[in-house]
Amino acid sequence: MTDWLSPAEWDAVRLSLRVAFWATLINLPVGIALAYALARGRFPGRGLLNVAVHLPLIMPPVVTGYLLLLGFGARGPIGAFFESTFGLSFAFRWTGAALAAGVMALPFMVRAVRLSIEAVDPRLEQAAATLGASRLWVFLTVTFPLIIPGILAGTVLTFAKGMGEFGATITFVSNIPGQTQTIPLAIDLLLETPGGEGRAARLAALSIALAASALALSEWLSRRVAARVGGQ
Amino acid sequence: MMLDVALRHSLGAFTLDAQFRAPPGVTVLFGRSGSGKTSIVNAVAGLLMPDQGRIVSGDRVLLDTAAGVRLKPHGRRLGYIFQEGRLFPHLTVRQNLCYGAWFAPKGAARADLAQVVDLLGLGALLDRRPGALSGGEKQRVAIGRALLSAPQLILADEPLAALDEARKAEILPYFERLRDAAGVPILYVSHSASEVARLATTVVALEAGRVIAQGPAAEVLSNPAVLPTGARDAGAVLSARVIAHHDDGLSELSAGGIPLFLPRVAANPGASLRIRIAAHDVILSHTRPEGLSALNILPGLIHEIRPGGGPGAIVAIDTAAGRILSRVTRRSATTMGLAVGQDVHAVVKAVAVAATDIGAG
Repeated sequence: MTDWLSPAEWDAVRLSLRVAFWATLINLPVGIALAYALARGRFPGRGLLNVAVHLPLIMPPVVTGYLLLLGFGARGPIGAFFESTFGLSFAFRWTGAALAAGVMALPFMVRAVRLSIEAVDPRLEQAAATLGASRLWVFLTVTFPLIIPGILAGTVLTFAKGMGEFGATITFVSNIPGQTQTIPLAIDLLLETPGGEGRAARLAALSIALAASALALSEWLSRRVAARVGGQ
Repeated sequence: MMLDVALRHSLGAFTLDAQFRAPPGVTVLFGRSGSGKTSIVNAVAGLLMPDQGRIVSGDRVLLDTAAGVRLKPHGRRLGYIFQEGRLFPHLTVRQNLCYGAWFAPKGAARADLAQVVDLLGLGALLDRRPGALSGGEKQRVAIGRALLSAPQLILADEPLAALDEARKAEILPYFERLRDAAGVPILYVSHSASEVARLATTVVALEAGRVIAQGPAAEVLSNPAVLPTGARDAGAVLSARVIAHHDDGLSELSAGGIPLFLPRVAANPGASLRIRIAAHDVILSHTRPEGLSALNILPGLIHEIRPGGGPGAIVAIDTAAGRILSRVTRRSATTMGLAVGQDVHAVVKAVAVAATDIGAG
């Protein structure tokens, strides 16, 4: 296996998995909360919030990366706050790559979850409230179980996006082997290196395999959930 | 325990302005669709916040806009039985039934699961999910779920409307048992005269968001002006006791000492029933008819003659069995010279009383 990919490329694979994992983990609560607010909330600025969540989807990724650099870079106000308060820095580190992947994937998570929340009959939530469940309990015992398929779909999309994010990542945290060089960044570098095409192709094949397995896993899980809910 | 409701609410062009009191037993909100019945129940449940109002259940103030009290739905302690069941699809029947109990206060007097399962015949369904239940089964689970939440008030919004006649006949007896067993008031929305006749202790008749009549069932229902479908659906409710079942398929009942013969009823001798007799099934005669095939003859005094919009008129007759209504044409009323205070005989054919119009009383 070691000849198949060089240690540096295995680093890229491990890093991609780590970046995608953290991006997905952080996106789950944030995405579900935003999706719930957008689907069920009635508050001023809801339209604006909706636009803000979708911006990474419609802006050039380079622009998203640039904005992240301005806000979360070493000299950015939010970056400086995180650095001084939590000792967490994003600049030119894998954490920054995870942040870029998370931000780029957020619209996918929010859209998938929001659609499934909108498909939940609000009359079921009312019924739960009349039976004594507070809003939080209604969400946990009725809404959440019914939107699990949407959450699974959002999770897979986020994970796949985290594995494959390129533009915002390279703009925000550059292409540093072992630190920010995820699979797509490694492929990009190999393609510019003489004799690197073969290894680039193998990395590409590997990333396709990872994405496809994630999709298959989520399909299987959501079919199981759907069978339970529809079911006997 | 009493429920006092006073509400004022505007919804576009529709204004709800209703005030009524629901004593223990079943209080039916009765009126055609759009009369505000469901809005009232939703306001009691807290699902609709009225512009102004005060709702008091026993000694608990659920809503008092003047005092700024607006309890959230989950703090109101009521069991709401919806028209479409609204069971949780991801939970089993058992989990649906127990849902309310998870949130009920620890010390609350609560119906026993085994007892409710028994009362509603749910034993075989407990491990199934709602997707696998028939309409009637779903509605029975919905009733059980409301009962088991330790409610201080039960609300039912046309719980039988989505069911066919056979399923209605299957579920109505459960509501009768509930009325007779549960000490909590039941607020029941309906536009079916026979449902009202079978269940209601008290009737609140609504029209265009306003209460047009309220009071004991027999009293309100004998007033055709309050019926949603007008005189066509008029009918009176009598209380009767089963005397005996005869071999020819008839049951003999006694209503205020007057014998009534009806097709075999499903109740044991000695049981009390309420019977709804539709006004169009009652004919009138000056003298006690002889040689007539109809079996039930009730002598009485004409209390009121109310001409309808069309060719008909409703005649209310006070008999020893209670007030009954007869729908006659205005022409016959004139030809017969019917007048208030006159002696008449009301004649009811035995087979005219439908099984759905007989209930435990």
